[in-house]
Amino acid sequence: MKVRVHITLKTGVLDPQGKAIQHALDGLGFAGVDGVRQGKYIEIDLAETDPAKARETAEAMCARLLANTVIEDYRVDVGS
Amino acid sequence: MKSAVIVFPGSNCDRDVQVALRASLGAEPLMAWHGDAALPAVDLIVVPGGFSYGDYLRAGAMAAHSPVMREVAARAAAGVPVLGICNGFQVLCEAGLLPGALMRNAGLKFICRDVHLRVDNARTIFTSGYAAGQVVRMPVAHADGNYNADAATLDALEGEGRVAFRYCAADGAVTEAANPNGSARNIAGILNAAGNVLGMMPHPERLAEAALGGTDGRAMFDAVCAALAA
Repeated sequence: MKVRVHITLKTGVLDPQGKAIQHALDGLGFAGVDGVRQGKYIEIDLAETDPAKARETAEAMCARLLANTVIEDYRVDVGS
Repeated sequence: MKSAVIVFPGSNCDRDVQVALRASLGAEPLMAWHGDAALPAVDLIVVPGGFSYGDYLRAGAMAAHSPVMREVAARAAAGVPVLGICNGFQVLCEAGLLPGALMRNAGLKFICRDVHLRVDNARTIFTSGYAAGQVVRMPVAHADGNYNADAATLDALEGEGRVAFRYCAADGAVTEAANPNGSARNIAGILNAAGNVLGMMPHPERLAEAALGGTDGRAMFDAVCAALAA
């Protein structure tokens, strides 16, 4: 079973890379970009077939390694 | 007195620290490989700078979970002094031995130059060779040195005298202009609650003898070695 993990900086934590991307988009003429936040996307293939258990495992992985919860939030999507 | 330098794949300041410890201690430090779960009894542990595990995922994230770090955490809890420099500071934060996190520099650039530091707390085993308020010069070399923690943690660090060093101007003024990387409250180095774990982004070992262009870093190694030998 595939789980997809999205990791983003917490709201309120300055994201200098997101700011730089926003400036670059402005420079390319994309109007109306009000904000950019950059994050990470991680796909994990699990042998587990129970979606609830897969989510539980992925969330434990986030808490222990994949995200630094001092500065980052994470979201787990469980797919097929 | 015995000391150990932890070596991860990608550490690159381990030998600089080895040279500095050898000079201040007059004895050869043990170089401890990250994969070794056992660590001989030592009186001082240094987690050196570098790019452990290629900074994959986050700087220090992988190294924080290596076998030797479980032992480092146990020793730190038992009161053994632990010094984390640059990547070592990142590793100690990721391992939960120090609060907060080190984020990408606010200016997004790798910064490699000398900075001025104000010694905020000179009553620690690491900083007793300095005077409180003294301005020292040390090099920084990092892309992820932007110290971040929530306001309550920052207040606690300041209130408990756990800010060891702050980035400052040559005259000691703690200003935004003197902050190289965007660190909260110009913090360059912090202590744990017990005071036996210090993490800092600047590199004392890189200015630890005259041939390197300065000796401001030497006082740290001299002080900690003298305190532990006493």
